[in-house]
Amino acid sequence: MVQISRAVRRAAVFATAASLVTLTACSSDSGSDSTSENLDGRGPITYVEGKDTTETGVVRQIIDAWNAEHPDEQVTFKEQSNDADQAHDDLVQHLQAKQSDYDVVALDVPWTAEFAAKGWLQPLTGEFAVDNTGILPATVDSATYNGTQYAAPKNTNGGLLYYRSDLLPAAPKTWAELAAACEVAKTNNIDCYAGQFAPYEGLTVNTAEVINAYGGSFVGEDGKTPTVDSPEARAGLQVLVDNFKNGDIPAQDTTFKEPESQKAFEDGKALFLRNWPYVYGTADKDSSAVKGKFAVAPLPGKDGIGASTLGGYNAAISAYSENKATARDFLTFLQGEQAQRIIAMGSLPPVRAALYDDPEIIAAYPFMPTLKVSIENAVPRPVTPFYPAVSKAVQDNAYAAIKGEKSVDQAITDMQSGIQSAGS
Amino acid sequence: MTHRAPELELPSRPVRRNRPKRFAFKNSRIYIGVAIILVWGLAPFYWMMVTAFRDPDYTFDTTPWPTHVTLENFQNALSTSSGNNFTRAVVNSMIIGGITTVVALAVGIFTAYALARIEFRFKYVVVGIVLGASMFPVVALVTPLFQLFTNIGWIGTYQAMIIPNISFVLPLTIYTLTSFFKELPWELEEAARIDGASRGQAFRLVMLPLAAPALFTTAILAFIATVNEYLLASQLSSDATEPVTVAIARFSGNDPHVVPYAAIMAAGTIVTIPLVIMVLLFQRRIVSGLTAGGVKS
Amino acid sequence: MAVPTGTTSGAPARPAAGDNDPGRGSREVSENRRRFGLSSRRAWLFVVPTLAVLAVVIGYPVIRAVVMSFQKDAGLDPSTGMFVEGGWAGFTNYTHWILQQCTSPSGVAVACPPGTLGSQFWSAVGNTAFFTVVTVGLEVAIGLWMAIIMGKTFKGRALLRAAVLIPWAIPTAVTAKLWYFIFAYDGIANRLLGTEILWTSDAWPARFAVIISDVWKTTPFMALLILAGLQMIPQDVYEAARVDGASAWQRFRQITLPLVKPALMVAILFRTMDALRMYDLPAILTGGNPATTTVSILVVDQVRQGFNSASALSTITFLLIFAVAFVLVKFLGANAVETQEAQRKGPKS
Repeated sequence: MVQISRAVRRAAVFATAASLVTLTACSSDSGSDSTSENLDGRGPITYVEGKDTTETGVVRQIIDAWNAEHPDEQVTFKEQSNDADQAHDDLVQHLQAKQSDYDVVALDVPWTAEFAAKGWLQPLTGEFAVDNTGILPATVDSATYNGTQYAAPKNTNGGLLYYRSDLLPAAPKTWAELAAACEVAKTNNIDCYAGQFAPYEGLTVNTAEVINAYGGSFVGEDGKTPTVDSPEARAGLQVLVDNFKNGDIPAQDTTFKEPESQKAFEDGKALFLRNWPYVYGTADKDSSAVKGKFAVAPLPGKDGIGASTLGGYNAAISAYSENKATARDFLTFLQGEQAQRIIAMGSLPPVRAALYDDPEIIAAYPFMPTLKVSIENAVPRPVTPFYPAVSKAVQDNAYAAIKGEKSVDQAITDMQSGIQSAGS
Repeated sequence: MTHRAPELELPSRPVRRNRPKRFAFKNSRIYIGVAIILVWGLAPFYWMMVTAFRDPDYTFDTTPWPTHVTLENFQNALSTSSGNNFTRAVVNSMIIGGITTVVALAVGIFTAYALARIEFRFKYVVVGIVLGASMFPVVALVTPLFQLFTNIGWIGTYQAMIIPNISFVLPLTIYTLTSFFKELPWELEEAARIDGASRGQAFRLVMLPLAAPALFTTAILAFIATVNEYLLASQLSSDATEPVTVAIARFSGNDPHVVPYAAIMAAGTIVTIPLVIMVLLFQRRIVSGLTAGGVKS
Repeated sequence: MAVPTGTTSGAPARPAAGDNDPGRGSREVSENRRRFGLSSRRAWLFVVPTLAVLAVVIGYPVIRAVVMSFQKDAGLDPSTGMFVEGGWAGFTNYTHWILQQCTSPSGVAVACPPGTLGSQFWSAVGNTAFFTVVTVGLEVAIGLWMAIIMGKTFKGRALLRAAVLIPWAIPTAVTAKLWYFIFAYDGIANRLLGTEILWTSDAWPARFAVIISDVWKTTPFMALLILAGLQMIPQDVYEAARVDGASAWQRFRQITLPLVKPALMVAILFRTMDALRMYDLPAILTGGNPATTTVSILVVDQVRQGFNSASALSTITFLLIFAVAFVLVKFLGANAVETQEAQRKGPKS
């Protein structure tokens, strides 16, 4: 009896160990260069994007238009979560596992370099090159890593300065003018500036906008050498810190993400708001206290127009797709006039420059001309495969600086070493 | 400890005579306590419901009662127009939660019996493993499990979520049941066996009912913990099998930057209802006693 | 006035926690079999399903994670700009976290600069420990009080028990958003208190916000487990004590507390292990605020930056939690597994 039980036990232990070792071994894969496979494959493909939040269902419209013309190469839409981080992780899981179920993926702009450097994207060179004429140049920059284009910009986004047109005749063009205009806010007993300064990606965006506007940058061409340690970057960060110190940017902005800053402006509690174009529609609703009393302008800069950060999505072909030729044609379709018009009418900024001057679109979305100026002067967020770490280095140090816990000098120095550390 | 009254050694003292007054005071103390607990549990929930019934444009208002009352948020939450299917997600959560709870309890009862009643070598290793399963950050388990289930083609199936959830609730189940089994009066089992019952019958018909509070408490906790699980479900489920936590995360407003608070609060209200019903159904079993004499319930 | 702590008449008190009976060998085993007819083989049969499930779901990923923690994360090949496998790392992933060392470009180990995850390890450990101690402490006290009230007889008991469970039942994602709402700068918390506290962005208010929302959400868990434990105490014990003149506080201290201790310790053990892995609430409520970053938040952030280093951090977390659980089981009596056999030293009555 005892021997049997001991034997049973031994067998169980051995079986468990064996299965664990097998499972562990099974999961490692041999690497092969998938970017040279399936180049001519044609057939149904899957398009993956985060939740389509447009009221007109832009993605489905585009896909329906394509499917009507291509009965043998149908596109299926795989809609991911609304949360950018979850969408990112979902893509990572599938691409890391080298799955072929995702053919064309929509990448948030900062992810492009990371995915490209991991070899998950088909380089858009040779027969896969896309025609960039008529596409806003800044967006193409955001889709280029290490000199090679890896994705086709699909839609973009830029920051706008909203201001109370009933209190100010015109928008300030520089930060100095904005600081002067804060007097108006004080006389009207409201806060001056609302932006996104909570410790999250939005803080990187707001900080990058000011630093870029003053001539600073974050990483070099290779995506890892830090370049933020410069007098220009210091000047830019100093502007933010000074504004926090004298209260032009009120302390509560450190709890603001997009919704909170939007609310502050729509409740009439702020003179200026830095936010994305969507606020144009919400601030004009009946529930908004500033309905009809606001206008938009490009972001303020150092001596002129500021450098908005680029938002938006770039569409890329997965290196593991089995129908890459179809995928390439779909990319061209996404950038074509028809799809871009659908995108624009869904209140998403298109990448095709001509549409910003299109009368139909301007009639529907009056902020388009201003947005075009904004995007023409836009600078992408640091193009680096280590984007999460770089963003964190920028965020953490900017946050400490605006809360007064660190001097601007120290913050920039730490940002430099943080970005340095990210790349190693 | 058994259910027999211990022998008390107290110096003799006259019985106090002011019992009636104290009794009344104690009653009101109870009701005050009840009131505090109700406010504690319900106040934020009330706020959640107020937000759910309020027009989403006015979500951030802070008046204590719903202004601009509308059912729009509930309609948004339940609508299937933009690819959401919240009702299906609720059903999925109930299925996954139910099966997980039943299986975890079944497996857990056996293991707890062994741990509580039988001496065997390496018992403490088993306890260590069971406890150790609760110590690893779940996020590190996601990628390996995703790859494992992809390889065997289980992504998007119910079992891909049920099996990991079972292993998440097993430690608590086993540990709680073991500790309760230890407290039971096992002489009753022996008595039943002497009377001719088999060991299984004695356990099932005599001892298990005595452990009912522990069983139902563990069941409720396991069920709720499973319904609450997000991380694994987000990676391992498909559209058809996603539970409520994933469905709520996919709610969106008109722009990625707009967080649909009102719809989320509406969804939360909807999810709480079946859970509350379940608790109401089972709450009597949570407190049915093994009290052998003089029970006031 | 001495009230015995709940032992059967004629049997000695149970041994101090952690006291294992030495000399347990084949004599005990055969004694087992004689008494119950239950062999070790039966025991293993009962235990194998659990071990099988745990081996697949937890064992396999853990082993993989540990193996990966000794590999370097992929680095950038400067010539191609592509990521290449990192190779063997030895213990550098671990020193990265514990000693907060990063490699400078010249290959020298330097202290991790602020703004990197490595520099936050020890403060995250501190935050996590603080949260654990405070939340578990509060939850025990409040949960005990709640459980006592829930066990009493009064009208509407059922509704009370259902109401109490609501905080625990609401999905965490919704709870976190709800409290984010409540603690917004112009949310209801500031409104009711008449203050303008920056709940999510200042250090100590953020910590309080996390503690308040976590205690709100999790106390029902404790209360329910303790209530189940209270149910196992027979009423006649209380009756006898009351007849003998014991006051409410004495009854609580000398009857309730010791008899509810098993359930209480289980609740404390599991709550502690969960609190040490706290992620959802601090992440959603105050995400990114260095004052409330817990170790699990670091792990999630690190997963995005490099999975091997995240595996090392997960393993370190595991070891920390193991150490805490070990202390709780060994020294504070959270040991659920001593059987009645081990407790009975005297003659059976």
